[in-house]
Amino acid sequence: MNKIALIIQREYLTRVKKTSFILMTLFGPILMAGLMLIPIWLGLKDKDIQIIEVIDDTRQFINQFEGTNTIQFYYEFKSIDDAKKSFYKDKYTSILHISNTDKNTTAYLYYKKQPGLSTVSKIESTIEKGIKNIELEKQFNISRKQLDEIQPKVTVKSVSIDEAGLEESKNVGVSTFLGFGGAILIYTFIFMYGIQIMRGVIEEKTSRIVEIIISSVKPFQLMMGKIVGIALVGLTQFSLWIILSMGIYSVGMGVLASSNMNQLNFSKEAITNGMSSESENEISENKIEEQINEMFSQIPITKIVIAFLFYFLGGYLLYGAFLAAIGSAVDSEADTQQFMMPITIPLIFSFIMASSVMENPDGPLAFWLSIIPLTSPIIMMVRIPFGVATWELLLSMALLVLGFLGATWMAAKIYRTGILMYGKKITYKELLKWLFYKE
Amino acid sequence: MEILHVKRVYKTYAEHKALHNVSIHIDKQRIFGLLGPNGAGKTTLIRIVNQITGPDQGEIFFEGEKLAPKHISQIGYLPEERGLYKKMKVGEQALYLAQLKGMSKNEAKTKLNHWFEKFEITNWWDKKVEELSKGMAQKVQFITTVLHEPKLLILDEPFSGFDPINTNLIKKEILELREKGSTIIFSTHNMESVEEICDDIALINKSRKILDGKVSEIKNQFKTNIYEIVFKGNLISFTNALWTGFELLDTKKQEDNIIAKVKGIRKDSSVNALIGAVLNDITIVSVNEHIPTMNEIFIQKVNEVMPDDLPEELD
Repeated sequence: MNKIALIIQREYLTRVKKTSFILMTLFGPILMAGLMLIPIWLGLKDKDIQIIEVIDDTRQFINQFEGTNTIQFYYEFKSIDDAKKSFYKDKYTSILHISNTDKNTTAYLYYKKQPGLSTVSKIESTIEKGIKNIELEKQFNISRKQLDEIQPKVTVKSVSIDEAGLEESKNVGVSTFLGFGGAILIYTFIFMYGIQIMRGVIEEKTSRIVEIIISSVKPFQLMMGKIVGIALVGLTQFSLWIILSMGIYSVGMGVLASSNMNQLNFSKEAITNGMSSESENEISENKIEEQINEMFSQIPITKIVIAFLFYFLGGYLLYGAFLAAIGSAVDSEADTQQFMMPITIPLIFSFIMASSVMENPDGPLAFWLSIIPLTSPIIMMVRIPFGVATWELLLSMALLVLGFLGATWMAAKIYRTGILMYGKKITYKELLKWLFYKE
Repeated sequence: MEILHVKRVYKTYAEHKALHNVSIHIDKQRIFGLLGPNGAGKTTLIRIVNQITGPDQGEIFFEGEKLAPKHISQIGYLPEERGLYKKMKVGEQALYLAQLKGMSKNEAKTKLNHWFEKFEITNWWDKKVEELSKGMAQKVQFITTVLHEPKLLILDEPFSGFDPINTNLIKKEILELREKGSTIIFSTHNMESVEEICDDIALINKSRKILDGKVSEIKNQFKTNIYEIVFKGNLISFTNALWTGFELLDTKKQEDNIIAKVKGIRKDSSVNALIGAVLNDITIVSVNEHIPTMNEIFIQKVNEVMPDDLPEELD
């Protein structure tokens, strides 16, 4: 068997067979799916329905409060004292007391269980709106009905037109989500697997097996075998994660959906006065689904997936080469600090810049950062969902390939000297010298 | 028949001269001791022969051919700084290293089984290296070095870390390998083992070769013509008897005996001549010629003025 293939095989198998890898691969998706599902589940489960008793001394707010899924308002003609007395006998979770309609009035909310911020702000805005309506009617004789009739509802849809006049509407929200998600994944993957290369090199160096191995193979073969082997580990883990996550997510969604239906039926029985209607809910749900489908149809999914694989591999190979060189130059992981800095700075910098790039995905900052190989893996992933000119993409990819070829060349030079160098504190000056050693 | 010829090799690291005009011949089926103090350039020379690094100048020939990557599979190397993957199982690791040397998996497995049985370590196969003691790991390393039956074996301080029993085991194996046709380069500063097993040596100091040849010849060359004789009798008549051929250097009294150190004056002086000269005057208890140990030769040569201290034109 070819020697480099042997090295790749060893690097791959020893890592894939590790318990930590198997655990990470199995529990990673459960964790990820959990992170996606738990908020949904909590939202459904903990639908803490607030039933608010409205005590209105002014009698101005009759039918002003509109209920939602989670908040129901009951207008009671009681005095506040009576309401407070019978509070713990009643079904209400809190009492809202409005005593006047002054412009800067204070209403009181008495509760059994602390109401959320959204409940409070909803009550506030309803009272403000009510007082405004009362004043409008009093001073300008405009009724609430008239106001509702002229209430506008505006949405802005952005549509791009290219030179050929082709129109395309894009959803900024989904693009942002995808761009940022891709950037986070690439960032973590480069770090996770790049560091594994460095650790592997340090392990070989400190266990002193390296000299035995390089008496059989060239240092370059050993280095490349390690980098490629670990890349395959990364791809294996990534694809297993995707498959498992999708499996768990779809099963989880199925379970949630059925329990969701039950809940809706239950709330239908519970809510008798029709303040929240199921039919309305269903309509909005269908609408959302349609919208989501529409959004995704506008996003170049295949392009994103291919670009993701390319920039993941390209970025990994580029940074991996540097990290292999660092690993070879030091005696232990503790000594890596001084060399890690210049490697991590461009990665962290591009991660920080990602949000500015999203603000202006076609601006000069976005352009340059997505062309320069050290930042392009992350920044280009951010830009692609917003649409990138083909020549820019090709230029960026070509430069990334050149970048990692150059990095590998440099790393190989440092590596072959570094792995045989023990007990010496290496400086940058020294590294530079190693670059120009002749074989 | 020559297996390795290192011809006028130079190697410099940055400002540090590692090898300076070093030439070595090694014949087949010999155990060749490569000696020198720490930092003399031994490891650099070994790395060049292993093609881990290249010489700045000079050539190396393996069985008369210019050293090339294809010779890697015919060389076995046990470095001084050696180790194994700690998390890997012994058997798996030995297989991996054998395959890197170009053996097929099946061939490596058969041979490994043979060696594991020979060393009585078959139950180590599935152990992780981190569970082994240093000496145990050294045994595994030795096996992986010789497994592919290399024509040339390079052992750098092979006995460090071994207890006396295992040292003997490895010594026996080294001698056996020579009988089977291997040539062994044996790098060390343990002079005792050199005298025991080496046929030839080269001494390197401060990047230059300062001495080489057959061990027996070198020892002869460094003979000091000094004899130690233990006798009963009169010291004055003993001294008188010596007068034409020997010079008395030192005497010691030990109970009834006198121990005298004498130096031959003539070139052809020998134990026989000494006995002949004093036989009639004293009772000889024992007599022997003082032959310098490799250790003494080593120290003497290393402490001599090095050509490095002389002006460069004298090279």
